[in-house]
Amino acid sequence: MATSDVKLIGAWASPFVIRALIALKVKSISYEFLQETFGSKSKLLLQSNPIHKKIPVLIHADKPICESLIIVQYIDEVWTSGPTILPSDPYDRAIARFWAAYIDDKWFPCLIGIVRGQLEGEAKETVIQQMSAGLVLLEEAFEKCSEGKGYFGGEKIGYLDIALGSFLGWINVTENMIGMKVIDEAKTPCLVGWAERFCADSAVKEVMPEIEKLEEVAKLLQANV
Amino acid sequence: MEEVKLFGAWPSPFSYRVIWALKLKGIPYEYVEEDLSNKSALLLQYNPVHKKIPVLVHGGKPIAESLVILQYIDETWPQNPLLPKDAFERSKARFWAKFAEDKGSTIWAIFRTGGEEQEKAMKESLEMLKTIEEHALGGKKFFGGDTTGLADLTFGGIALWLGVIEDIVGVKLVEPHTFPRLCAWIENFKEIPVIKQNLPDREKLFVYLKHRREILLASP
Repeated sequence: MATSDVKLIGAWASPFVIRALIALKVKSISYEFLQETFGSKSKLLLQSNPIHKKIPVLIHADKPICESLIIVQYIDEVWTSGPTILPSDPYDRAIARFWAAYIDDKWFPCLIGIVRGQLEGEAKETVIQQMSAGLVLLEEAFEKCSEGKGYFGGEKIGYLDIALGSFLGWINVTENMIGMKVIDEAKTPCLVGWAERFCADSAVKEVMPEIEKLEEVAKLLQANV
Repeated sequence: MEEVKLFGAWPSPFSYRVIWALKLKGIPYEYVEEDLSNKSALLLQYNPVHKKIPVLVHGGKPIAESLVILQYIDETWPQNPLLPKDAFERSKARFWAKFAEDKGSTIWAIFRTGGEEQEKAMKESLEMLKTIEEHALGGKKFFGGDTTGLADLTFGGIALWLGVIEDIVGVKLVEPHTFPRLCAWIENFKEIPVIKQNLPDREKLFVYLKHRREILLASP
């Protein structure tokens, strides 16, 4: 398929964009990356996602697909010759979707709350606790989903690995900010091993940004609030 | 076929989404009514993370979150599909279902609040409804095209619960001259036999929600 057939509008630092990038890499899809400038939105983005005006947007044969998890499912359904991303069993798919929704709806607001740097005192402590508690739930989910193998998806990375793994760089940034580990041997031992495996995966290595670069972005986010 | 159980609550549009999906596909199930003020031990066991209805239990295995349940139902029982075959069309259906899920809470915010907070919720609800009117329906009868689909079921709250909330609060958000497509959709959706036969009694819902609102506004 011609590279120009698949475009991804995004920003290298966004965990939601990273989800789409990992899915593209898993399927070995050639694509053109259209980097958005921080602080402004391109005409193409506003045209392609008029409802939310957000990245990522996948453009496939001129048709826009929005929302990171919807993009990942779209990629999985269209490029069937590559490794599968969603589990094949409907119940396993439901569990994966449940936890992906949990990550976006309940857990991510805690993470972004801390990164924005506006929280203090008890409010900050509460959010940190909520974020940590969420990871403990995900540790339990990992134990069930992985069935003793290395990933939420079993033998290889899958939908839930991508949904959570895309945040690993930002989790590191947060850990540095608050001065404590939220993925650690004591509370989330399985996730410790999983995080290393995930980041070392060939589909992930090239698209996971360096912590130092993310920390610079964090400063911009904090200044912009 | 393994046993299907649905834990729901009669005033909840989320519960009805699942009932409609099961009925549209002709899937027999046992319904368990939950008292939300006194949740059963079984519900808390089946949905420890959110402790909410609906929960579908199929062959003893629980699934929570209505959108997750709807997709599970569609993938397990493929007759009368809720999602189109084409991947791009599916992505649009999922997009609107997610939109309904994420933004639908603004209507409930009108119900739960008063004063300035309520003003804000009304403004946000109108924006949301306008987006649906202008972008989601297009010229189609249903969000799913000629037949209802995932997005229609997810927007189902607009078909009855919105009107009840409007009556309780004393506002009119959706009128035929401002939202012609949405009003036509509401009529068409409620005419579908499965939907028509599976809606809570409007009077009963009005009384229940009015009482709930009084309690909510009275508490500090």
